[in-house]
Amino acid sequence: MRDTVRFLKGGEVVELTDVQPTETLLDYLRLRRRETGTKEGCGEGDCGACTVALGRLMDGKVVYQPVNSCIQLLGMIDGAEVVTVEDLRQDERLHPVQQAMVELHGSQCGFCTPGFIMTMFTLYHAEGQEKSRKTVTDWLAGNLCRCTGYRPIVDAALQSCFDAADDAFAWRANETREVLRALMDSRDIYIGNGDSFFASPASIDGLAALYGQHPDATLVAGATDVGLWITKHLSDLPKTIWLGRVNGLDRVEETPTGILIGATATYAASEPAMGRISPDLAELWRRIGSKQVRASGTIGGNIANGSPIGDTPPALIALGAALELQSADDSRTLALEDFFIDYGKQDREPGEFVTGLFVPRPDDNQVFRCYKISKRFDQDISSVMGAFLFTIVDGEIAAARIAYGGMAGTPKRAFAAETGLVGAVLDDPSTWSTGMKALLGDFTPLSDMRASAEYRMETARALLAKALMEASGTDPAQIRVLNTREGSHDRAA
Amino acid sequence: MTAPLDPRTAEPQTRFVRKDLPHDSAAKHVAGTATYIDDVVEPVGTLHIAPGWARKSVRGKILRLDLNAVKAYPGVVEVLTAESIRGTNDCSSAFGDDPVLASDEVLFYGQVIFAVVAETRDAARKAAQQAVIEVEPITPIITAEDAVAADITVLPDYQFRRGSPETGMTAAERRLSGVMHIGGQEHFYLEGQIAMAVPQEDGGMFVYSSTQHPTEIQHTVAKVLGVPDALVTAEVRRMGGGFGGKESQANQWASLAALAAQVTCKPCKMRLDRDDDMIMTGKRHDFRVEWEIGHDSAGRIRAVEINFLGRCGYSADLSLGINDRTMFHADSSYFYPDAAIRSRRLKTDTCSNTAFRGFGGPQGMLAAERMIDAIAISLGMDPLEVRKLNFYDGERNLTPYGMPVEEFETLHELIQQLEASSDYWARRDAVRAFNAENAVLKKGLALTPVKFGISFTLKHLNQAGALVHLYTDGSIHLNHGGTEMGQGLYQKVAQVVADEFGVTMDKVRITATNTSKVPNTAPTAASSGTDLNAMAARNAASEIKSRLIAFLCEQHGCGAEAIHFGDNKVLVGDKSFSLGEIAKQAHMARIQMSHAGFYATPGITWDRESATGRPFFYFAYGGACSEVTIDTMTGEMTVDRVDILHDVGHSLNPAIDLGQIEGGFVQGMGWLTTEELVWDEHGRLRTHAPSTYKIPTASDVPEDFRVKLYESRGNPAETIYRSKAVGEPPLMLANSVFCAINDAVASLKPGVVPELNAPATPEAIMSAVHKIKRAPAARHGEPETS
Repeated sequence: MRDTVRFLKGGEVVELTDVQPTETLLDYLRLRRRETGTKEGCGEGDCGACTVALGRLMDGKVVYQPVNSCIQLLGMIDGAEVVTVEDLRQDERLHPVQQAMVELHGSQCGFCTPGFIMTMFTLYHAEGQEKSRKTVTDWLAGNLCRCTGYRPIVDAALQSCFDAADDAFAWRANETREVLRALMDSRDIYIGNGDSFFASPASIDGLAALYGQHPDATLVAGATDVGLWITKHLSDLPKTIWLGRVNGLDRVEETPTGILIGATATYAASEPAMGRISPDLAELWRRIGSKQVRASGTIGGNIANGSPIGDTPPALIALGAALELQSADDSRTLALEDFFIDYGKQDREPGEFVTGLFVPRPDDNQVFRCYKISKRFDQDISSVMGAFLFTIVDGEIAAARIAYGGMAGTPKRAFAAETGLVGAVLDDPSTWSTGMKALLGDFTPLSDMRASAEYRMETARALLAKALMEASGTDPAQIRVLNTREGSHDRAA
Repeated sequence: MTAPLDPRTAEPQTRFVRKDLPHDSAAKHVAGTATYIDDVVEPVGTLHIAPGWARKSVRGKILRLDLNAVKAYPGVVEVLTAESIRGTNDCSSAFGDDPVLASDEVLFYGQVIFAVVAETRDAARKAAQQAVIEVEPITPIITAEDAVAADITVLPDYQFRRGSPETGMTAAERRLSGVMHIGGQEHFYLEGQIAMAVPQEDGGMFVYSSTQHPTEIQHTVAKVLGVPDALVTAEVRRMGGGFGGKESQANQWASLAALAAQVTCKPCKMRLDRDDDMIMTGKRHDFRVEWEIGHDSAGRIRAVEINFLGRCGYSADLSLGINDRTMFHADSSYFYPDAAIRSRRLKTDTCSNTAFRGFGGPQGMLAAERMIDAIAISLGMDPLEVRKLNFYDGERNLTPYGMPVEEFETLHELIQQLEASSDYWARRDAVRAFNAENAVLKKGLALTPVKFGISFTLKHLNQAGALVHLYTDGSIHLNHGGTEMGQGLYQKVAQVVADEFGVTMDKVRITATNTSKVPNTAPTAASSGTDLNAMAARNAASEIKSRLIAFLCEQHGCGAEAIHFGDNKVLVGDKSFSLGEIAKQAHMARIQMSHAGFYATPGITWDRESATGRPFFYFAYGGACSEVTIDTMTGEMTVDRVDILHDVGHSLNPAIDLGQIEGGFVQGMGWLTTEELVWDEHGRLRTHAPSTYKIPTASDVPEDFRVKLYESRGNPAETIYRSKAVGEPPLMLANSVFCAINDAVASLKPGVVPELNAPATPEAIMSAVHKIKRAPAARHGEPETS
C-alpha cells in the first residue's frame, strides 16, 4: 500500500501525500504550483487550452500523449512524466515547436497557444507519423483557436514536428525511462480515510475487494466524463477509485475471431486493432473526441457510465459485441445492447464493474458500414450514428444487424428494419423498400440541440440507404463527402 | 517627415512599418509567460466570486430568494444582492437597462441575481448552487416572430429610404421575394470573462478587466460603486480574444468584482465558468430578413425593400449601432436605385445581443447576396455576372444612405483579379460537369465581394489618445487607448513609433492600456484600433521629436534639415549621437519629453436623425471564391477550396494582416456553417459549451486555401501610412461559403431559388434540399418566388 502519488516533472520526482479525490491536474498546476502557462478555456475537455503532455512507458519506451488537464484527476498522473509549457524552454531557447509558431505567426491572442504547443510537442515526439496536413489536423482537432483560422498553426506543425526529436526530452530519454520504470510499482494507492479517498488498486482482485467494500465509490478510468461531474456539476465525489493501474485491465488482444478490449484500454490503444476490422471503424475512432480525449478516454468507461455521449456503441452492437462484468464474487458476460436498459440506466449491480469487451470480427460474407453525422466533423458528438452489418448470401441479405445512436435514449437496434431487409437483393433497390419502410417503426427520436426528430428520422433512413448502396457496389467516393475508404471499397461475395 | 503622403507617390522610408514582424507577445505566447488576468499574482487574501442565478427560470417576478444556505456554506465571506450596491444598479453602455444584479424580476435565462464571495472559487461556485429561488413564471418571448407578434422592441424602428421603392417595384419587369433566417453567433473567446478588483485608499478601486473598453469599465465601476470616475482605474494588458464580446459585456463582471472589493475591503476576482459565460453574455444578433426585389430581365436591380427583424434580447446594449450597421451594409457592393431598408430592434426575453466582429454588417450583406443569388437563379444567369452587373460604378455610386462609393474602381479591379486568379469560369464548368455526373454529391461555387464601411457610426467614438515618454536613456514608453486582443494592434503601433523615432523595436516599451494614462477613450472596436491609435501615437512621438529637433537646432546652430533620426542614432550634421545622449541633453535643458497625442477622424458628418451625411471615412474591400461539396442525402458539407483577395491598403504589417484575414474568414465560415445557437421552447440556451456549440477546428479549414493581399495603391483616405482597417471586413469573405452551398442546392432544380437558412448545418442543408426537391419546376420565362 502506498499513500502517495508520484510523478516526474521538470526533471524531478514529485511525491504528493495530499491528493484530494476530485482535485484536477489543472488546479494543481495553476493554484498549487502557480505555473500559469497552462490555461483553462472550457473546463470540460473540449477546447484544449489546458493541454499538457503525459509521458508514460509503453513497450519500454517513453511515449508522450496530450491530455486535457482540466478533467484529468491529479492522482491519475501517478507514474507519468508531466510536461507543461513551462518545461519546454531550454536555457532561454525556445523549443523547435515554439520557434516555428513564432516564425509562422501561429499565435494571435495567445490564450490557446500553450495548449497547441503541448499537442505539437507530443506530435514532435510521436514516431512513424506521415508528414501531412491530415496528420496535423488529426492531432490538433482537440485544440480550438478562435483567432488565426489555424493555417499558420498547421504550417508550424508541418515545419517542426516531423524531424527526429532533438530536444532535452529526447536527450534524456534513457534517464527518464529509468525514472518512470522505478515509479511503476504494483502497490495499491490509497490516500485519505474511510469516508474520503483517492485510491488506485493495482490488481483486479484488489479492485473487486475495494469496490465491494465501497460500492458507493466512483470508478474512474479516463475521467473524460467523470471530470465534468466535478468541473460542471460540481459533484462531491468523496470516494474515487482510479482504474488506470489495475494490472491487465488495459489489454487489447486480437484473436482470429475478434478483439478483446480491456475496460481501461484507451480509445487510442484500441484504435489500430479496430481499424483492422474496418476502415469505417478507423474513421469512427478517429472522430471520437480528440487526441486528448482518446489518450485518456476508454470504451469501458463510456459503456459503464451509459454515457449518452457515445458514438462507438452502435457500431459495437451491430458487430455483436459482448460485455464482461465482474464483482467481488461473480463474473458474467452479456450482449452489449442488453446492458443499456434506458437513458442513464444500465444493467450493472452494486460493486460490479466492467472488465472488458469482446468485438467479433465480421465474416467474409459480411459487409460492415458505419456513418457518423454531426455538425462538425472532428471532435463532435453525433446527431445520428448508424452502423450496419449485412450477411450476404448469393447477392441477397440473409441477415442484418443494424444499430443507431441518437435515435432513442440508448443506442438501439433497428429490429424491424433488420427483419424487413432479409431477402433483399443487393442489385435490385426495389427490394430494399420493405426494410427501409420498417425502419420508421423502429424509432421515435427526440429533438434537441443537435438535431430535430424529423432530421434524425430521415437521416437514419438515408444512412441505411447509403449502407445498402455501398454493399451493392457503389463507390463510397460517389456518396461520401469525406471518403476515408479510398481504395478499400468492397462488395461482399 | 510626417507630411501627408500621396498614395500615388513614392513610399516613405520605413524600417519597421510594412515588415512581417511577429506579434509583440509571440515569444511569450508560446512559452506560456504572457500574463492574462487570471495569471496575475493575486494579492494575499484575494477572494473569489461566483454568480448566482435561477437555473430553471427564464422570465418572471422573483417571489422568494432564500440565501441562508449560501451564506452558511463553508468558505463564504459575503453574498451580494442588488441591495449591496451603493451607487447605481446598472452596467449598460448607454441605455440604463442592464441591472448588475436582478432585484425584482428575472429578465432572461441566466440573469445574475446574487453573487457569492468566498475564499476559493470552488467554494463560491458550490455555495451559489445552494440558493432557493422561486420565480413566478410568465410565458417568455423568445423568437423574432414572438416579438413581432407582441410588437415589442428595445429601441424605435429606423429606416433608410431613397426614391420610391413601391413604384420601382411595380414598374420592374420581374419581382422576387423571400424570407431568410440568419443565426447569431457566440464569441467563444478562449479566455472567458474575467476581472479582478483591488481596493485602493480613499475608496478608490484598481480593476484588471479583460475588456475592449477600459474607459467604459472605469465609468461603469464608478457608477456602480457610487464614486467619481477619478477614483477608479481600469487596466488591461491583453485579452485572450474579444471579437466584440468584451466591448460592453465585460462591464458586469468588473462591476461585481469591484462591488465585492468595496464591500469586503479585499481584492476580489471573478472568472466566469465557460457555461455561465455562454449563457449570460450576449451574442451576435440573429435576424429574420424579409426581402423583395424588383429587377429587369438582364439582372439589373430596380428596387429593393428589406425588413431586418433583429433579435436584440432583453436590453438595448449596443443594438442601436449594430442594427444601423446592418442597414448600412444591406447593399453589400450593389447599387439600389430605389430602396427602403427598414429595421426593427426586437425585444426578447433572452441574453442581450451585442457587438460581434462586423457589428451587424455581415447579416446585412448576407441578405444582399441572397437577393443577388435569387435573381441569378431565376434568370438562369451565373451569380457572378449578376453581382458585377449591379456593382457600384462611376454613375451609380450612391448608397441608400447617401454616401458616395468613391473607390469603386478598387472593388472592380479586385474582383476582376480574383475572378482570374481563382480560375472562376473553368471551375464553373467543372462544377457543372461534376453535378451532371453525380446524383448524391453536388458541388457549388461562389465568388462574393466585401465592401465594409470604416468608422464608428457614432461620430464621437472616432477619437483616440496616446501617451509617449522618452526617458533619458533613450528608451521609450508607449501607451494608448487601444486594447490588445490578439489582433496585433500593440505591435503595429509600436512599429509606427519606432520608425518615428528612428529606433529599433526593442527601444519601444509597449505598456498595458490603462485609464489613468490615456483617458476618455473609445472601445477597441469597429476595426478602428490601428487607424485611431497609431495616428495618436505618431502624433505624440512626432511632437516630442519636434521639440528635440528645435532643441538641437538651437544647440548646434543648424537647420532642421541637418538633423536625422535613424538606427538608434541622431545625426546632427556630421555628428552622431545616441538617442539616449540627446535625451539626456534635452532633459538638462528642461525640454518636456512626454506628450499626450490625440487624433480625431476627419470628414465624418453622419447625422442619424436626418439620415444624411457621411458615416464612413472610407471602405475596405475584399473578395472570396469558395467551392463546396454537399451530400444531398445527409446534408454534410465540405469546403474544398477558398481563394481570397483582400484590400488592406498599404499594410503596416502584412503578416499580421494576413492573420486577420484568414482568422476572420474562418470565424465567418463557422458562423455560417457549424455554429448553431439553440434555445429550447422555454427560452433556455441549450448550446452553452464547446461540446454542443461547434466553432471550426483545424480540419474544417480547406486544404486548398489561397489568401493574398490585394496590391493596393494605398488608401485614398489619409490614414496611417495609407493602410486600411482589417479587423472586421474579412469575416464577411465567408459569405462566399454560404452562397456556394446555396449554389450546390440550386443545382438540384435549375431556376428554383433554394430556401437555405444560416447557419447551413447538415440539417439546414437537408431542409433546403427537401424543399427544392418538392418545389415545382420553374416555368420558363416566369419569375420564381422563394
